[in-house]
Amino acid sequence: MSVPAPATASAGHLRRLLALTRKEVLQIARDPSALLIAFVLPLVLLVLYANAVSLDAKEVRIGVVLESDGAAAHELAAAFAATRYFSVTPARDRREVVPSLLAGELRGFVVIPQDFARRLASPSGPLVQVVTDGSQPNTASFVAGYAQGVVSGWLAARGDTAPPVASFEPRYWFNPELESRRFLVPGAIAIIMAMIGTLLTALVVAREWERGTMEAIMSTPASALEILVAKLVPYFVLGLVATFVCALLSIAVFDVPLRGSWLALGTLSAAFLVPALGQGLLISAASRNQFVAAQLALLSGFLPAFLLSGALFEIDSMPAPIRAITLVVAARYFVASLQSVFLAGDVWSQFLPNMLAMLAIGLVFFALASLRTRKTLD
Amino acid sequence: MNTRLRAQIVKELLSFLRDPKSRMVLVGPPLVQLLVFSFAATLEVRNVDIAVLDQDAGRASHELLARIEAASFVRQLVPVHSTTGLADLLNRREVLVAVHVPADFSRNVAAGRPAVAQLLVDGRRANSGQIAAAYLGTIVAGLDGRLETAGTDASSAIAVRHWFNPNLVYQWFIVPGLAAILAMLAALLVTGLSIAREREMGTFDQLLVSPASPLEIVVGKIVPALVIGTVLALLMVAAGVFLFRVPFSGSLPLLLLSLVVFILSVVGVGLMVSSICRTQQQAILGVFAVGVPVILISGFATPVENMPYALQLLAEANPLKHFLVIVQGTFLKALPPGEVFANLWPMAVIAAITLSSAVVIVQGRLQ
Repeated sequence: MSVPAPATASAGHLRRLLALTRKEVLQIARDPSALLIAFVLPLVLLVLYANAVSLDAKEVRIGVVLESDGAAAHELAAAFAATRYFSVTPARDRREVVPSLLAGELRGFVVIPQDFARRLASPSGPLVQVVTDGSQPNTASFVAGYAQGVVSGWLAARGDTAPPVASFEPRYWFNPELESRRFLVPGAIAIIMAMIGTLLTALVVAREWERGTMEAIMSTPASALEILVAKLVPYFVLGLVATFVCALLSIAVFDVPLRGSWLALGTLSAAFLVPALGQGLLISAASRNQFVAAQLALLSGFLPAFLLSGALFEIDSMPAPIRAITLVVAARYFVASLQSVFLAGDVWSQFLPNMLAMLAIGLVFFALASLRTRKTLD
Repeated sequence: MNTRLRAQIVKELLSFLRDPKSRMVLVGPPLVQLLVFSFAATLEVRNVDIAVLDQDAGRASHELLARIEAASFVRQLVPVHSTTGLADLLNRREVLVAVHVPADFSRNVAAGRPAVAQLLVDGRRANSGQIAAAYLGTIVAGLDGRLETAGTDASSAIAVRHWFNPNLVYQWFIVPGLAAILAMLAALLVTGLSIAREREMGTFDQLLVSPASPLEIVVGKIVPALVIGTVLALLMVAAGVFLFRVPFSGSLPLLLLSLVVFILSVVGVGLMVSSICRTQQQAILGVFAVGVPVILISGFATPVENMPYALQLLAEANPLKHFLVIVQGTFLKALPPGEVFANLWPMAVIAAITLSSAVVIVQGRLQ
C-alpha cells in the first residue's frame, strides 16, 4: 500500500491503530484467563475482602481467672462475661489459661486477685491484672483497652468514680456506623485495579518479547507509539469496565454508599489506569520474560497497592522513609480519592491534586518505558 | 539418587537460576519488600494532624490543646477560625480528627459543670480515627484535678502486661508472617510456571518421549521449588533475627520441618494450577487467583477470629494459616512441640492431598 502522504497520513495512523487494537482484543477474547482476572477474580477478591478483612474485633476470646470468692469479684467477672467484645472462658487458676494463651486459643486473660475486696476498699495499686498475647499486637491493645473499659464502667456503676468533668463528644463523619468494610472495600477496588493494570499489561507485553513477536510487530510500518497505545487501549477499557463492575457490586451487595458521582469515579479510575498501565509496560520492557515480569508486577504493583497505599495501613503512621516511598505509589492517591468518592462525595479539591500526582507518575513510567524500548531496538 | 531424576532436577533449577534477571527477582526484591513492608504494616497510630477550632481561648482550652499537642501520637495542630474551615480540612483528608472547643468550655470546667468539646473524626479512616479518639478521650478526661479524691482512678485500675512482646512492637508480628508469605509466593510462582512453560514452549512433548516416568517428572518439578522456597524462607527468617532483631525463642529444627511441609503443600497447589494451564500467562494469573485469597484468609492482615464462621472453616484448609501460627509462635512464644504438631498435621494432610492430586493430574496430561 502506497500512502500519498500528508492528507491521508492520519487516516493511516488510525487504520493501523484500529487494526492493532483489534488484534489485541481478539487475543484477549481468545484467552479467557485475561477475562478471568478482569471479572471473576475481582468478584472473588471483593467478596473475600469485604468478609475476611475485618478490623472490627468482636468477641475476642479471653479467660477470666477468678481467684477471689467475694461478691464484688463475681460481679466484675459477670461484667466481663456480659460485654459483647469478649467471649469469656472462666477459670479459677491462671495455670489453666496459660496453655490456651500459648496455643492462641485465648488472646488474653484477666486475673481478679484473691485480695480483690481489700484492694477495692483501699485503692492504692491496680485492682486486676490483665495479660495479653503480645504476639498479635493489634488484638493485644484491643484486649487491654476494652478490659480497661469494662473495669471503669463497672466502677462507675458502683458509684466509686465520678465521671470526668471535661469530655469529648466524638462524631464520625462519612461513616457513623464505624463499619470497616465501608472504607476497606474502596481500598480493595484500588488493589484490584492495580493488579489488572500492572500485572496484565506486564504479562502481555512480556509475552510478545519472550516469543519474539514484538520484533515482528516493530518491523511493521506502525510506530512504537502506535504499537504501545494499541496494546494498552483494550486493557484500559477492561480496567474501567472492571472498576464499574466492582463499584456496582460494592454498592449493591456490600452496602457501601456512593455519595460522589459516577463521573468522578470514572475520571479517577481513568487517571489511575495511566500509572498502572505505564508501570506494567515498564516492567515488561525491562524484563522481557514472563516469570520475571510476574514477580516484578507482584512485588512492585500488587504488594505496594496492598500495604503502602493506605488501603489497610495508615500512611501517616509509617516511618518517614517509608512515607517518602508511598509518595510514588500511585495507588495511594487512588485509595484516598476512592474512599472519598464513596463515603464523602465529590471533593474535587482533593481529587484534582491526586489525579495530577497519578498522571505525573504515569508519565514518568511511560517515558522510562519508551526510552527502554527505543534503546534496545537500536 | 537416580541419575535421570538428578538431571531433571538440575535442569529445572537451571531454568530459573541461569537467567540473571530471574535469579535477581527471586532473592533481591523479597528481601527489600521484607524491609519496606515490615515498617509499613502497622496499625499503630502516629503522626496525626489535628485541626483545632478554639472558640473559647480560656484557661482550660489552652491547657487541653497544649496537652494534645504534647501527646506523642500527634504531629501538629492546625488552627482554623470557622466550622467551614474544619469541614474543609476533614473533607480533603488533611487531618484525621478535628477538635471544636465551644465558647463556654473553660467556664464549665471552672464551675465543675460538664464541659463537652466536639471531636470530629474522619470515618474514611475509622480504624485510626477510633484509636486517636480513645487517646484524646483520656487526655480530656484528665483535665480537672478532682478525680484523685473520688475513689479509685479508673485508668490505674488495671495492670496490663503484654506477654511475648511487652512493648507491642508491630514488626515482631509482621516480619515472620511476611517471610512466610513472600516465600510462599515465590514457591507458587516457580511451580505454577514449571509445566505451563513446557507446554507453551512445546518441550512438554519431549518430556513425554523421554525415558523418565511420570512420577520422576513430577518429583523433578517439586524438588527445585522446594529448595528455592525453603532457602528463601530461611534467608528471610535470618533477616528477621539478625536485621530486625525479632526474638527467636522456639525450636529451629521444628520450624524447618514445618517449613518444608508448608512449602510442599504450596508446591502441590502450584503444580495443579500449572498442569491445568496451557500458557505461562494463564499459570501466573492462576497462581495469583490462588495466592491472594490464601493471603487474605490466613490471618496475616486481620485475625481469623474476626471472620465469619464459614471463612474460619475455610481457613482451616489454608496451609498459610497454620504456618503463620507456627512461625509467629516459634519466633515469639517459644511454641511448645505439642502446639507445633497441632498445626503441622493439618498442613501435612493438605500437602498430601495437593501433591497427590497434582501427581494424578500431571499423569493424566502425560498419558
